[in-house]
Amino acid sequence: MSALTWSNMRSRVRESKIPPVYAILLIVFVSAIVLDAIFGRGQITSGVILTNMVVRSVALGIVAMGQTFVMLAASIDLSVAYLISVTAVMASYLMQGDPARVPLAVAAVFAIGGLVGLINGLIVSKLKVNPFIATLGVGLVLKGILNASFETFVGAVPRSFQTLGYGTLGPIPISILVLLAVTLISAFVLSRTRFGSHLYAVGGSEITSRLSGLRTDRVLILAHVVCSLTAVLTGLFVVSRLRSGAPWVGTDGLYDLESIAAVVVGGTALSGGKGGVIGTLAGVLIFGVLDTMFNQLGVDTFLKQVLRGAIIILAVASYTVRSKEKAA
Amino acid sequence: MAQISTPAQERSLWDRFIIGLRNIAPIYIVLILLLIGIGTQNPTFLEPAGFLNLLRRAAPLMVLTAGQLFVIVTGGFDLSGGSLMSLTVIGASLLINNDPANTWWAILVLFGIGILVGLLNGVIVSYLNVPSLIATLGMLLALRGAGLYWTGGAPRGYLTDNFRMFGRGWLEPFPVIERFPYAVLVLIVVSAAAIYLFNQTNLGRQLLAVGDNPRASRLAGISVEKLRIIAFVLSAITAVIAGILQGGFGGVNPDAGEGYELQAISAAVLGGAVLLGGRGSMGAAIAGALALEALFTLLNLLGLPKPLRDAVQGLIIIGAVAYAAYRSRRTR
Repeated sequence: MSALTWSNMRSRVRESKIPPVYAILLIVFVSAIVLDAIFGRGQITSGVILTNMVVRSVALGIVAMGQTFVMLAASIDLSVAYLISVTAVMASYLMQGDPARVPLAVAAVFAIGGLVGLINGLIVSKLKVNPFIATLGVGLVLKGILNASFETFVGAVPRSFQTLGYGTLGPIPISILVLLAVTLISAFVLSRTRFGSHLYAVGGSEITSRLSGLRTDRVLILAHVVCSLTAVLTGLFVVSRLRSGAPWVGTDGLYDLESIAAVVVGGTALSGGKGGVIGTLAGVLIFGVLDTMFNQLGVDTFLKQVLRGAIIILAVASYTVRSKEKAA
Repeated sequence: MAQISTPAQERSLWDRFIIGLRNIAPIYIVLILLLIGIGTQNPTFLEPAGFLNLLRRAAPLMVLTAGQLFVIVTGGFDLSGGSLMSLTVIGASLLINNDPANTWWAILVLFGIGILVGLLNGVIVSYLNVPSLIATLGMLLALRGAGLYWTGGAPRGYLTDNFRMFGRGWLEPFPVIERFPYAVLVLIVVSAAAIYLFNQTNLGRQLLAVGDNPRASRLAGISVEKLRIIAFVLSAITAVIAGILQGGFGGVNPDAGEGYELQAISAAVLGGAVLLGGRGSMGAAIAGALALEALFTLLNLLGLPKPLRDAVQGLIIIGAVAYAAYRSRRTR
């Protein structure tokens, strides 16, 4: 039994294909437990707090899965925060507290999301506009239309719809199950379907993929549609918790920049082609653990933001510092 | 290449005019069209006083865009500019503490903070290899939190008149037009310095080279790391200047610079800069920022509600970049 040496363990972890971000998640989680035991109330490992921690990660987690798709294709989506606002407002406006109108509203917001994703994808792939500018522009258009039409909280979601945000299946909140389902489906699509392999190929080298006969435009458009649909799902989750949608719910949550940060912390390269949703899940959970720890320790809200910014940089630096490729 | 072999003398004046027109960055034509549009709605904007007022309002974004372009041509982004502007406004109100005598050293301290932020951005990108999008995003969050932490949530005090002079003051008396805004004076100095650095010095050429091909630049003996750091420091310095102008114009406001970073990136792109580096023109980028502000003014004059102005801005940015992409594909 000489098997349990340090180097042996290291190579085993490497072979298991667990993304290295899980080491960071573990370090962050253990430090949270230690810091909470010393300076806080030592309750961070209690079931209630752990559950809340994950529930708080659900909104960011779902949209971060979609963001992973576009970033694997070497694109980016800055319009998600506005799309989340649009979804939240439109869903509660269309439902008006009436359970019978839920299917219609859900169908409508998914249709809007699909259309926005299609537009993003077409502008990026057919008009060759840099995705940063394209999705920023589409985001501004959504913001403009939304703010011109609605000023504050509108409509309401019926009590039955709040099950998505507050309901439980046995001991487990439904929202956590939704996040897990989205993650597993995404992981399956990325690793087991043709679209998934094409996505990695296009992100790795668009030109090579095109010359090998891939319809790269279609892959890119589909990735944008997937991303927008996850933003819609996040919007539905947010509105089910808030009971009513307001035009600022998406942008106040900083879902655009935070989802990108979570994806990159999770190990997906900004240049595309490398990474995956399992890493993104860890990236999202790191943010969740940090938020919970700061709350338990009673860290000042504003200082929390400073630390968050620093930790995002350090987490990404921990893998990039040794890479030979120079960042831009 | 065949065109070059034709001696210039053989071309008619009209041909030369057309070729010259083609070589002008399209943003200048867009800018002129926008100004004509503004003029038809409200001719006072094209009189010297009205035009100077437009420039004064556009000055913060134009200054910030000049700095942003240094980073963009090296292939990076600086998302921290807007929050550094806000921090400058908040910091000024706290450091000055309502005593005009504190203004001058407070401005020095603010520039010190700015240079430190730029150095940090540059070091994180150059030596820790963190992509600039993430590095400056982290910095954005950190600066936003730091500003609010510094004030304890709500900014206190007001900005003294000698500080606000730069943003809203007028130089009086001034020959011919009676008075001249300080903000435009600052804008002229910053633009001239930026255009000189970008066009006339080795620094400008090397920044472009780094953005175009970092590896080739390194092999040619350029210190890529050092240049990237310089670009981020220049960008941060312009953010502090923009913050001082904006604070003077609008007073203490914790969100003074919010959204400015994305507007500056859009302005640079409208001016023909290519994201991910290697191409850009300083004059055209600054003109892009003025065009963006002129567009806001025009939409305002046309009576469009503020939210719809966002939507139109979005469409125009996409349209302009799509057109530029189409042009570059056609010429290739």
